[in-house]
Amino acid sequence: MGKRDFPTRMRQDHRVKPSPFGYAAPATVEEALAVLAQVGDDAKVLAGGQSLLPILNMRLAAPAHLVDVNRLRELAYVRAEEGGVRVGALARHVDVERSVPAYDALPLLRQALQLVAHPVIRNRGTTVGSLAHADPSGEMTAVLALTGGSVVAARRGSTRTVAAADFFLGPLESALEPGELAVSAFFPSFPARTGTTFLEVARRHGDYAVCGLAAAVTLAADGTVTAARASYISVGGTPVVIDFTELLAGSAPDESGWHAAGELARQQVEPEADIHASADYRRHLVGVLTRRALGEAAGRAA
Amino acid sequence: MTSRLFGEPVQRVEDAQLVTGRGHYLDDLGHDALAAAFVRSPHAHARVLDIDVTAALDVEGLVAIYTYDDLAASPRGTVAEALPLLIPHPALHAPRTGYALAREEVNHVGEAVVMVVASDRYVAEDAAERIVVTYGVLPPVVGIEAARSAERRTHDDVPDNVAAHLLQEVGDVQAAFAGSPRTLELDLAIQRSASMPLEGKGVYARWDAEDGSMRVYSSTQTSTSVRAAVAAKLDLPLNKVDCIAPMVGGGFGVKIVHPWPEEVLVPWAARELGREVKWVEDRREHFVSSAHERGQLHTIKVGFDDDGRLLALDVRFWHDNGAYTPYGIIVPIITSTQLLGPYKPGAYRVEFWSLYTNTVIVTPYRGAGRPQGCFAMERVMDAIADALGLDRAEVRERNFITPEEMPYDHHMTFQDGRPLIYDSGDFPATLAKLRTLIGWDDTLAQVASWRAAGRRVGVGLACYVEGTGVGPYEGAHVVVETSGKVKVATGLTTQGQGHFTSFAQIAADELGVALEDVEVVTGDTRRFGYAVGTFASRAAVMSGNAIAFAARSVREKALRIAGDALEADPGDLEIVDGVVRVKGSPAASIPLATVAVLSNPLRYAFDEASKAATQFAVGDTSGPPVREDDEPGLEGTDYYSPVGATFANGMHAVVVETDPETAEIKVLRYCVVHDCGPLINPLIVEGQVHGGVAQGVGGALYERMEYDENGQLLNASFMDFLMPYASEIPHIEIDHLETRSPLNPLGIKGAGEAGVIPSAAVFASAIEDAEGFVITAMPISPSELFDLRRRHAAGEVPSLRREDRRTEEMR
Ligand SMILES: Cc1cc2nc3c(=O)[nH]c(=O)nc-3n(C[C@H](O)[C@H](O)[C@H](O)COP(=O)(O)OP(=O)(O)OC[C@H]3O[C@@H](n4cnc5c(N)ncnc54)[C@H](O)[C@@H]3O)c2cc1C
Repeated sequence: MGKRDFPTRMRQDHRVKPSPFGYAAPATVEEALAVLAQVGDDAKVLAGGQSLLPILNMRLAAPAHLVDVNRLRELAYVRAEEGGVRVGALARHVDVERSVPAYDALPLLRQALQLVAHPVIRNRGTTVGSLAHADPSGEMTAVLALTGGSVVAARRGSTRTVAAADFFLGPLESALEPGELAVSAFFPSFPARTGTTFLEVARRHGDYAVCGLAAAVTLAADGTVTAARASYISVGGTPVVIDFTELLAGSAPDESGWHAAGELARQQVEPEADIHASADYRRHLVGVLTRRALGEAAGRAA
Repeated sequence: MTSRLFGEPVQRVEDAQLVTGRGHYLDDLGHDALAAAFVRSPHAHARVLDIDVTAALDVEGLVAIYTYDDLAASPRGTVAEALPLLIPHPALHAPRTGYALAREEVNHVGEAVVMVVASDRYVAEDAAERIVVTYGVLPPVVGIEAARSAERRTHDDVPDNVAAHLLQEVGDVQAAFAGSPRTLELDLAIQRSASMPLEGKGVYARWDAEDGSMRVYSSTQTSTSVRAAVAAKLDLPLNKVDCIAPMVGGGFGVKIVHPWPEEVLVPWAARELGREVKWVEDRREHFVSSAHERGQLHTIKVGFDDDGRLLALDVRFWHDNGAYTPYGIIVPIITSTQLLGPYKPGAYRVEFWSLYTNTVIVTPYRGAGRPQGCFAMERVMDAIADALGLDRAEVRERNFITPEEMPYDHHMTFQDGRPLIYDSGDFPATLAKLRTLIGWDDTLAQVASWRAAGRRVGVGLACYVEGTGVGPYEGAHVVVETSGKVKVATGLTTQGQGHFTSFAQIAADELGVALEDVEVVTGDTRRFGYAVGTFASRAAVMSGNAIAFAARSVREKALRIAGDALEADPGDLEIVDGVVRVKGSPAASIPLATVAVLSNPLRYAFDEASKAATQFAVGDTSGPPVREDDEPGLEGTDYYSPVGATFANGMHAVVVETDPETAEIKVLRYCVVHDCGPLINPLIVEGQVHGGVAQGVGGALYERMEYDENGQLLNASFMDFLMPYASEIPHIEIDHLETRSPLNPLGIKGAGEAGVIPSAAVFASAIEDAEGFVITAMPISPSELFDLRRRHAAGEVPSLRREDRRTEEMR
């Protein structure tokens, strides 16, 4: 769900089986980068395939090559590191969701992942893949944006780290360049006394949300708010981060504050209508869910 | 007697095979067949100006490309003629059907224009992608309003877009209104959804050039009729064509339509090429080139008295039939007749217009016009109750046809061309059971207290009557083999309803054999050639009774032969566990298997058992081995053909809670009371009800066909067409009433569509109750509910009268 230009593009064509493509399944990152260096201009990386395969089957994309990264065991990790959680490109959603060290370091990962699709899709889909896919309705994009995380992108001979703020360029468009492989993502932890939550309204259980947000509230030792931020999905072309710290810092964590934050958020977002929800409804949900999420996050911060 | 299986919740015998991946669906067949793919129209309305296939010709593996011109040039058969109008009706004054491949014009996105045959489906798609069709785009007609305004035309020669116009009036409606102390008017809308079986359509054809015969496998709801259509279209003798419905992964109505273009084209291409050809529909194709249903607008005027009695009912509605009318006007006819439900208005007038639009065709989808009719009628009942401040169940009860009035003649013509006469039902008893099941008064009180505490909770109620088991007929062949195994064949098809179990239960009971010894075959013209099909909740009634009749004739014959062998009067015999024995002295017995051997006098023995039937083994030589009035074999064929439909009924109640802020809609309880007469197998009936309710929840709260103004279907995938998941389906509480049908010996009525019929009605009723304002359009999404709340707050959507009363009371 969410806003997509599929239907209009479908107009051109009704094919539902993929076009011919070349296929490589490298066994090491080095090999993968070598293959990408060769064919990368007209290649797609195949991770869990949960988003890519439907696109190929509908011939909405027809890359000449697929570089299947499912054998890169070296990238199948979830690690709690200094200051956060690092997720390798081959870590499935389910690995991240179930990882206890990851949960301890950043509960928001699990809170968000439980809303990503259904268990069978989480068994196969990768968290890094969902970032690379850059769907503005994808929960993990909001998590990366809220945590101020980053993605490590590699090409043969070089590696760069792209900050969340620079990573999402538009709907289904990330900063990854042709020939680049996202090898990992880093999600920084929040300071002590921070509570988080992920709330969304989806039409059906496990669907992409009509509107949703990741929220984090940090309280001071005296219980007053020191920071409050939220990151929204399905209300823009990329995750929308709104900082309520200025509005709420120093105040008591109470309904009136959350309500004011909801109002602020409602005014700031510029959602669009699609077949599932009007723009007005989405804007309304931003207000409601902000209030609820900040309250819930603050409750967990205490 | 063997313990009776009729009525037992026997586990479905077909499931082990299906859930372990051993069921053979269409795509599991024909691995070596060539594959077909289609170039389909990307435009809702256009002239086909040119088709350029040059770029496709060098695709390796391409076998053939066909356009309409190739069909026209075909020396044999009528493949180039328009597809048949299956159900003509005098009121359908401007019927239009499409061509197997578009002739000069396309009338909806998805209409087939070019057929490609290749070594496999990928290659076929590659070639199809390279074919360039030039279209002259025409303005499309999308939606009922546009069709009604007739500013544009779907078909040039149908200036008002009206395919059919039908009026039925019972009693003097005008006079009845004049005598009505009160009147109300309602405008009601229902949007499109679709059958959406998990397995789409599919056809696989094998042409045997030496034998001149054709075998067609189709994922269809009617193999006999597909066979007849293929024979006619290809100019083949009927006995040279067979059609088999393999395991079919759901139909829900869409697969009763036939012949689909592909059902003509695939066999035709197989003969042209002398090769096996297969086509399996993919999901996108199913969305844009199968069929939809439900889109209707209704304007209703009702006259009633202060007790809530319905004195006059005037219904006008506009039905969107899409681009063509191959299935006639069955859907709006059903709406117009079944709208009456369990009620008896003093006078009734119903008029409909069936309209062309440049969208996918509309043909019956489970419920078939009844959900719309039920929605209309039940909205009326709720409106009357609200206007008078009466209990909604009470108002309904006051308008019920009583059991004493059965059979009840509505003096209308039903969808089978026969008088609309309810054969049975006890509506007050059904309602009483539902009130008990949900605890009507307690639930209302509970809801009132929740509401007082600030929650938005509402209760909905809806009643329906469903004409099931329509004719003309079904038949069955039952044979006891010399192994003692019983083979049952009936011509109609199976799409998951559990026929292999319920039909076996009937045959096993009639013959006194174990369930395991009965094997049922359906939908295979090699086994049974006469049938109509599986639709309109008719399979159990029609084939169930035919099987009972056929089995009874076999039983009679078995007793006669056994009587000869045991030197006993057949009247003194019984069959228990596959053994014929003398009642009261079980030692005198003969296995049914032996009776089967004896039934077929032989010259040649081929095994130990058959020796008993050979010419020197049989004792009596006084008469001919096969008597004059007899036939060899322990088998029988019989048919069941009723004078009219048998009417099942049911009532649903639902409790919903809406989120005051997000407008999300949650189902707290869902209760069903259902009367389909004696249950052959409660497990299967309840499964049918569950499935129906699930589709109903989908139709009421999730699904719709989202066309844009250009006639593009915007949500043609399971990503955006929101078929509910298991997680969206509430727990369903069910109770049954079993009033027998007097029309058939088993006393049964259909159950297949029951669950889905009242969904839009019952959810509208409950959401309205929760929200306090009138709901007139379904389905409803949270976004739409949110919008209604705003419009209600702005005074644009009227409050319920009871809401005003509540507010007054609070003051
Ligand atoms: C029914 C269904 C429901 C879903 N619901 C949700 C939902 O609610 N929320 C949600 O967030 N997601 C949802 N998804 C998508 C799911 O989360 C996918 O797993 C995810 O979007 C993509 O991950 P993947 O590993 O499957 O990537 P793929 O499908 O393999 O790839 C997706 C894209 O990312 C690129 N890519 C992947 N990995 C890399 C890499 N390492 N380097 C460079 N490029 C890469 C691919 O080239 C491709 O363009 C749903 C999917 C389905 C089928």
